[in-house]
Amino acid sequence: MLSIILSTASRYLLPLMLIFSFFLLLRGHNEPGGGFVGGLVAAAAYALYLIANGLEEAKKLLKVEPIKLIAVGLFIAFASGLMSILSGRDFMTGIWVKNEFPVIGKVGTPLLFDLGVYFLVLGIVLKIIFSLADEDYE
Amino acid sequence: MLILILLGFAAPIVAPFIYKRTKGYFGWIAASFPLFMFIYFLLQYNQIASGSLIREEIEWFPALGINLTFLLDGLSLTFVLIITLIGTAVFLYAGSYMKDYEQTGRFYLYIGVFMTSMIGLVLSDNMITLFVFWELTSISSYLLIGFNHHKESSRKAALQALLITGGGGLALMAGFILLAQISGSFEISALYDIHDKITASKLYPAIVILILLGAFTKSAQFPFHFWLPNAMEAPTPVSAYLHSATMVKAGIYLIARLNHAIGGTVLWQDTILVIGAITMLISALLAFKQNDLKKLLAYSTLSVLGTLTMLLGIGSNLAVKAFFIFLVAHSLYKGTLFLVAGTLDHETGTRNVSMLGGLNKYLPVTMLAALLASFSMMGIVPLVGFIGKETVYSSIMQVENFRFLLLAVAVISNALIVMVTIMVGIKPFFGNLIPTPKPPREAPLKMLIGPVVLSVFGLLSGIFPNVFIQKLLDQSTISILAEELGIKVKLWHGFNFVLLLSFVTLLSGIGIYYYRKQLVWMTEKLSFPKHLKPSFWYDKTLRGTLSFAKLQTKILQNGYLRYYIIFIIITTLGLAGYTLFQISRIHLLEVNADLTIYELIIGIIIITSTFLVITSVSRLKAVVAIGVVGFCMGIIFILYSAPDLALTTFAIETLTVILFVLVLYRLPKYLQFSKRSSKIRDAILAASVGIFMTMTVLLVTAGEMQSELKKYFADNSLPEGKGRNIVNVILVDFRAIDTLGEITVLAVAAVGVYALLKLRLKEDDK
Repeated sequence: MLSIILSTASRYLLPLMLIFSFFLLLRGHNEPGGGFVGGLVAAAAYALYLIANGLEEAKKLLKVEPIKLIAVGLFIAFASGLMSILSGRDFMTGIWVKNEFPVIGKVGTPLLFDLGVYFLVLGIVLKIIFSLADEDYE
Repeated sequence: MLILILLGFAAPIVAPFIYKRTKGYFGWIAASFPLFMFIYFLLQYNQIASGSLIREEIEWFPALGINLTFLLDGLSLTFVLIITLIGTAVFLYAGSYMKDYEQTGRFYLYIGVFMTSMIGLVLSDNMITLFVFWELTSISSYLLIGFNHHKESSRKAALQALLITGGGGLALMAGFILLAQISGSFEISALYDIHDKITASKLYPAIVILILLGAFTKSAQFPFHFWLPNAMEAPTPVSAYLHSATMVKAGIYLIARLNHAIGGTVLWQDTILVIGAITMLISALLAFKQNDLKKLLAYSTLSVLGTLTMLLGIGSNLAVKAFFIFLVAHSLYKGTLFLVAGTLDHETGTRNVSMLGGLNKYLPVTMLAALLASFSMMGIVPLVGFIGKETVYSSIMQVENFRFLLLAVAVISNALIVMVTIMVGIKPFFGNLIPTPKPPREAPLKMLIGPVVLSVFGLLSGIFPNVFIQKLLDQSTISILAEELGIKVKLWHGFNFVLLLSFVTLLSGIGIYYYRKQLVWMTEKLSFPKHLKPSFWYDKTLRGTLSFAKLQTKILQNGYLRYYIIFIIITTLGLAGYTLFQISRIHLLEVNADLTIYELIIGIIIITSTFLVITSVSRLKAVVAIGVVGFCMGIIFILYSAPDLALTTFAIETLTVILFVLVLYRLPKYLQFSKRSSKIRDAILAASVGIFMTMTVLLVTAGEMQSELKKYFADNSLPEGKGRNIVNVILVDFRAIDTLGEITVLAVAAVGVYALLKLRLKEDDK
């Protein structure tokens, strides 16, 4: 049931959607967006690729196990909160780098937290979709 | 002391790793840990003996009055010394004894955690801290009893001990909380000054009952005594340590600790006295029929625990003195005898007394320790057990009511204990050699040091009570009674009635031992109605609880998703709907009917697609239609200027449809459609939910939103959170801890989904 048009299109759409998802993540602090939506869009990108090219291809492209993405995401989010403790403030107090970075803008622990959410959401959605798809193609 | 306790929890964690590398001589390394603690506390001895206290307070949750307060006084020092001394012996002993077990490293982890918790328990001056350590000892005891987890009886005994002591623990916590309600603080030392206020309070009976429930379950007092003999499933070092010398004394410690804060009333004293005396007698009688070394020791331990409780119940100065001496004596001799029993089991291959005899040539050193401990346990001059028994009798002599009844109970129990002692400590070594499953040989050094040291301590403290006991006794009685007794401990009191009683006890004990066979034969015929056994009720309650759980699982969690949803909906409607109904009678709902053309169009689309969902005969069509509804919701969010929400909705809806399609792909075609009756039921439920949600939204939007939060977030988002998108700043900064919780739940849910799907796959494979 593979369609050549969809399969070809997905190869071009995937990087675009991933870039868009990352864009959503970064702009989230000032404009609509954020880690959650970003993660969902990224997951949708892979889901599209999966539908077009099959589970094995999608897994090969992702390279890591989705469950590891979940763990990494949770860890980043938690660790971002710990940083303030190291500098003697309460848990999860935001710490910001003084100077703005080009393109990204202000960088601080909340952004790191959002990055954790991004990976976690991506991991969860992909884990579920992959598991379901696994049954499909058996 | 806090550092010591933290260290005490850290050390066991690395034990399994060190064990892997050192194996053969790990026992020595492990024993150095309690030995270090023992020496540390021994160095405090002089300061405590001179009458000063050591107190340490570290704030933990100061707002709730929960602090890590540690208090070292005579009573806690005595317990800590017992815990660490016997700990040293047991840790060393286990190095040899546990050699052939799997997971010995883990054993050291559990027992190390237990020891530290026990130390924490007796040092705590804060009730909540004490409770935490109390529960930790229950949990580590559970792990240790169930250490041979491949045996069902082990698991059952472990669970039984946990449920009973854990249940008592809950009662204890309730008691503590009530107590803190009166005193306004969780500190135990704060209770001493308000003794009268506590005993006069309406809550006092409840407090006493709850706290005593905790203490009695822990110290295996009647009718909760049955868990202790069953706990003998544990490896012997555990029985020697937890179930004779330390953990089971925690309840008694608590009674002693709280005695002068909440004691002194008829309710307190009499309950303790009666329960103690019953436990003392019943367990001595139950010991009578046993043939297993460890069971014999377990029942005699129970009897001693009963005696100790009873002495606190008598509560006179002399009784408290007897309590203290008996406590120390018992820990020393019972620890030894348990270790000896373990050695016999280990070196001969049996624990059955009738299969042991004439081992004196083969295990001479073990025999020496066993004899010393036995003489102490039987109360023979000049061991510390003799002083203990003498003072027990003389303190009973001072009781006013039922003096002779108590005396008779005590003599009978002690005579039976003499019999137990002969069976455990003397019989295996004398008489004709009986062939054993394993050829007997002397135990290795590591298994000898402990019993020998403990029994020699028993001898020395009997001969020189001034050196070993006197000062601690003085300071401990201050902790228990709030006054110094000035009673001197002496080995020899001259020829008097009490000595005669001791003599009678000893003789009748020996007599019972010689006529035991006949007596057992006689009692065979007496059958004990099972309804009188507390363990019968325990089993019944446990089974009842399980079958109730099964029943309600069958109804509420029957595996059909639709019923789960129905239950959730009905509960929500019932609870929230009722409240809504109450409110909406007061407020008149005004519907603002200003519709724009966009809203109208979207509304029509939503209604049409909903209609499609319920009439569709194809799942795919229904799913797509639901997707349309979702996207329309997203558009509504845009219309009401909530772009973040809309964005997320779009993404979620897309993925949901994909997920649905993936699932539907596997499902068979509709085999049958819902029956008419269930259709009507679903229609009613769906309509109710729709009405309920509409009403709720109308109600919420009708009232003026009085919230300072909105303004706060709007004002502070940029300066504090450095972001213009308020929603996102709330999510990742202001309320980040909520988000952290939510994503954790998500992660767990993902693992759950994965597990469910994989489980299905496996079943399919079959």
